Order: sequence, then C-alpha cells, then structure tokens
Amino acid sequence: MSVLIFIELDNGSIKKTSLETVAYGAKVAAQVNGKAVVLAIGDASSAELEKAGHYGAEKVLHAAGEKLAHENSLAYADVLVQASAQEQSQIIVLPKSGLGDAIAARAAARLKAGVVSGVTALPETEGTFKVTRSIFTGKAFATTEIKSEIKFLVVRKNAIEIDEAGLNTAGATIEPFSPALRDADFQANVVDVEKASGELSLTEAEIIVSGGRGMKGPEHWQALLDLASALGAATGCSKPVSDLDWRPHHEHIGQTGIKVAPNLYIACGISGAIQHLAGVNGSKCIVVINKDPEAPFFKSADYGVVGDVFEILPRLTAAAKAIR
Amino acid sequence: MKILVCITNVPDTTSKITFTDNNTRLNKAGVQYIIGPYDDYALARGVELKEKTGGTLTVLHVGEADAEPQIRKALAIGADDAIRINAEPLDSYFTAVQIAAIAREENYDLILMGRESIDYNSGVVHGMVGEMLGINSYSPVMKLELEGSTATITREIDGGKEILKANLPLVLGCQEPIAEWKIPNMRGIMTARTKPLKVVEPVATEEMSAPVAYSLPAPKGACKMIPAAEAETLIRLLQTEAKVL
Ligand SMILES: Cc1cc2nc3c(=O)[nH]c(=O)nc-3n(C[C@H](O)[C@H](O)[C@H](O)COP(=O)(O)OP(=O)(O)OC[C@H]3O[C@@H](n4cnc5c(N)ncnc54)[C@H](O)[C@@H]3O)c2cc1C
Repeated sequence: MSVLIFIELDNGSIKKTSLETVAYGAKVAAQVNGKAVVLAIGDASSAELEKAGHYGAEKVLHAAGEKLAHENSLAYADVLVQASAQEQSQIIVLPKSGLGDAIAARAAARLKAGVVSGVTALPETEGTFKVTRSIFTGKAFATTEIKSEIKFLVVRKNAIEIDEAGLNTAGATIEPFSPALRDADFQANVVDVEKASGELSLTEAEIIVSGGRGMKGPEHWQALLDLASALGAATGCSKPVSDLDWRPHHEHIGQTGIKVAPNLYIACGISGAIQHLAGVNGSKCIVVINKDPEAPFFKSADYGVVGDVFEILPRLTAAAKAIR
Repeated sequence: MKILVCITNVPDTTSKITFTDNNTRLNKAGVQYIIGPYDDYALARGVELKEKTGGTLTVLHVGEADAEPQIRKALAIGADDAIRINAEPLDSYFTAVQIAAIAREENYDLILMGRESIDYNSGVVHGMVGEMLGINSYSPVMKLELEGSTATITREIDGGKEILKANLPLVLGCQEPIAEWKIPNMRGIMTARTKPLKVVEPVATEEMSAPVAYSLPAPKGACKMIPAAEAETLIRLLQTEAKVL
C-alpha cells in the first residue's frame, strides 16, 4: 500500500505549495502504515527532487522527457494512473491548483474513485475514511466520507503546519519512471505560452500586496509595487481593477479570480466586497488600508489603518526597508 | 454545431451560509439561488457560438426541481431546450456520470460549463466528463474561438496564459473574460416559457463520496486599528506580534 503524491514543478524546482503537499501525503502515509511515494513529471535535477525526502517522502518516481516537459493534464493524468498501478496506491494526494484538479478529475474517472478537492486538514483514517474540505469559497467546511477503494485528496495550501526545523535530513531516492504515452493526449497543439517572467506567483507567495479601485488608476500603482518589492511580496488586485485593465487578469483575486492563502495580505483601497473576501479568507493575517472607516473589509481584517493609501503606502515602504 | 452547457444552481455570492438538521444540511431558507457565475460565462459564450454557427444549444442541470427558475433563465438567455436530471448532486463523480450519460447519446461537439461550482469549488466535473467520454478537456478557458472543427483556446495558467488549438469534440471549464454575462430580454423570457424542459431520472452509479457534516469557520477576532499618523508601527507589529514578516 502506498500514498502517491503528485508534485508540481516550475522551471525545474518543486513548487513550495507542492512541498507542503508532500508533507501532507507523508503524514497520511504514516497514519495508514503506507509508503509515501512522490510522482514528479517534467524536468528537474535529482538534487532538487531529493528534497521531497526532507518532507517525508521515501521515493520519487521521476517521469521526464521532451513530451512531458510542458504541463499537459491529459498526459499527466495517464502517467499518474500508471504510477498508481505500479505502486498499488490507495490514496492519491495532489496540490489544489488548476493542474492538480485537472489531473485528479481525469485519473479518478479512470480509476472509478472519489475525489475530495479543497482539503483543509488530515483525514480520519480509522473506520470510515473522512476528510474536511473548504466549501462555499471559504465560507464553510464539509466533512466528507470517501467510500471508493482508491481515494483522491486535492489539498489546499496551509492544510497542515510545516515545522521547518523538524525536517528529515535524508533525501528521497529517485527512480526514473518511463510510462507509455498515448498519442491522443498530445492531440492539442500549444501555440503560445505567455508567462510573466521573474514575477512571484500569487498562489505561491507568502506576502501579497493588493490594490482596489481606491488606487484610482494604473499610473498610481508604483507606490504599491514599491511596498511589494520592499516586502518581497507578489501583487494582486480586485476584479474592477482587472476589468478596467489597470492590471493584468491573472492578478485578479476573489470569487471569480484566484484564491490565495498567503501569510500576509495587505489590501490597499479595496472595499472588501464578499466576492473579494472569498478569495482571501485563507490568509493568515490581513491588513486593510482604506480611507473609509466603514469599509466592510475592516470586519475581516487583523490590522487596519484608516487613511489615504497614497499617503500611507510610501511610509510603510520606508518602514519595511528599514527592517530588511 | 451541437452545444451542451451544464449549469449549477447555487446560492448567490452574497449569501450567508448556515446549516440545519444538526449541521448535516444546508439551510436554504432566505437564500437566493443563481446560475453559477462561471456557468453563466459558459452559457453566454455558448449562446454566441450557437448564433455564429447556426447550431443548437441545450442546457443541462443535475439537480432538483427548485432549480427550474434558473433553467428557465438559461432558456431565456438563448438555450433551445433543457434537460434536468432529477437528483441531488452531492458528489462530482455522480454528477459527471449523469452528464456523460446524456452526452453519450447526443454526441455534442462542445460541452461547456463553469471552471467550478461556487458551492463545492471542486473544479473536477469537466475533467471527469472528458475522461468518461474519452475526449479532451481543458480549464480554465478565458477565450474560445471556433474555426470549423478546430477550437482555439486561451487557458489561464499560473502567472499567465497558454494558447492551444484542439479538435472538437471538447469539454471546457470556462471563466471570464470568455464572454460578458447575458441578461435575458422580454422576448427571451416569453419564449423560454414554452421551450422544452425534459426531466430525466439519474442513471445508477456507485456513490464515491458523500458529505456527512458541515461547519463554519471560527469567528474572526477584532481588527486592531492603527492611527494613520503612526502607520509605521504597523510594520513592527507585523514583525513582532503577528510574526508574518
Ligand atoms: C458574481 C460576482 C463575482 C465577483 N467576483 C469578484 C472577485 O472575484 N473579486 C473581486 O475583487 N470582486 C468581485 N466582484 C465584485 C465585487 O462585488 C466588488 O464590486 C469589488 O470587489 C469592488 O472592488 P474594489 O474594492 O476595488 O472597489 P470599490 O468597492 O469601489 O472600493 C474602493 C475602496 O477604495 C477606498 N478608497 C478610495 N480612495 C481611497 C484612498 N485614496 N485611500 C484609501 N482608500 C480609498 C474606498 O473607500 C473603497 O472602500 C464580483 C461580483 C459579482 C456580482
């Protein structure tokens, strides 16, 4: 019996959220006396993949090669099905992301398995198998029983605490994995990939500085970018801001945008509409800067400053630089 | 061109969520239901493509009869007919099996739905339907153009987008800005009343998962207010008190 853990690679590195997924999967494996096996698809060095061992994995199956270098959920799901057969995996763990969900969906349909997506805590594995997930975009939780023999868990960021000091010293052993690939999974032709290079990804970021309509226009964004760079933060925005093209669509956070769960979320000139809150309620600490003391966001914040963003932001940037 | 759009029936995004029956059921009292916002984008693009290609558009909902106002709204927006599969959709696999069962008979060229439902937020039904039908699935799709039987799809990826060309049939999970939400007009509302809405019973399938209990997050503590004149102290508090810097 094993727990198979899918990890996402970004330019040859294991994504931070995926290291959390490894730690989660390893804990589940310990609970059920199984082996924690990681599946990495795409290019990465052995030294990088060994890191999975620090987070509790015994072994990493590595499927590489030209055809698998680019993210392809159809082919990756097929590779995962083959890996789960080889490892006799009963529990399959993936990170909550577009790719994680897409692979889980296709692989679970093939293996006739139940999927719980948006998992927020370790499962109960004695007796019936139960796990808690986030529902209604963070407004509630559901404890869900999985009845199928094979179980898929798609795990949210911050589902478990990682004790960085208590990591294993041993690396994982790396085993090359050479699945058979199906032509049908490569039928689509990727014409172009546009990726903001060197930009910190919102889903990976520990700190996010985000701006709303209160920022008044794209020409005022520099003050926000300065604070973000002083804090090593990624930048986000509210929906109207991306609708107005002040910022690119992939920065849009909320119900209809990206859901984020950083340690620190700083909202500048965002009113805190329920649809925006839905995307940030997984954050550990929320700071709100708004000139309106009645702005609803203050009700969901840990720290608040009532004031003009244009006056406050440069001062915070200076203070942040002073401590770095 | 035969298009299927699958819609969910979900509480409005502003709804306060509470539970009844000892936290085992959603409390529907006073909750306003809507077509899932992502499904609404899928529907809007579906209607545009139907009009452009002179095709047909069927709207499908897996759920109970209380969804009929939302199904009628989809008909008013431009769907030609509707199918409701009469079952409570509590598990993604179950829902996907129902959609695939209809799709297998009807051979749609394009199956559109939202990237995720806003109640369970799973985002797996489109992928499952694709796998069950043995056709490709992509999500989240921000742009969709058709040329003959080739679709050009712009998909959001982490920090950017990917543009790909794929052949129909396809299952796609949609999000903005694929199209603007459509508001039904008077004529649409009138004709929707007489458009066919077929109710079918679900096909039998194993139950893979089921929710057993619900809970609400712990209430948030009070917000600590920092006077604007002392805004700098915020950075120190974030470092020493909240320990997030
Ligand atoms: C179905 C649906 C889905 C939606 N999805 C999303 C979503 O995913 N994400 C999202 O963000 N929204 C979403 N919305 C929109 C949402 O309802 C709000 O309209 C939106 O979040 C408001 O954005 P905002 O806070 O930037 O702007 P506003 O509500 O206009 O707020 C601007 C704020 O800036 C403050 N301000 C102005 N000037 C200053 C200044 N100089 N200094 C400090 N503060 C200032 C104001 O006091 C105000 O509070 C959705 C809506 C619907 C109906």
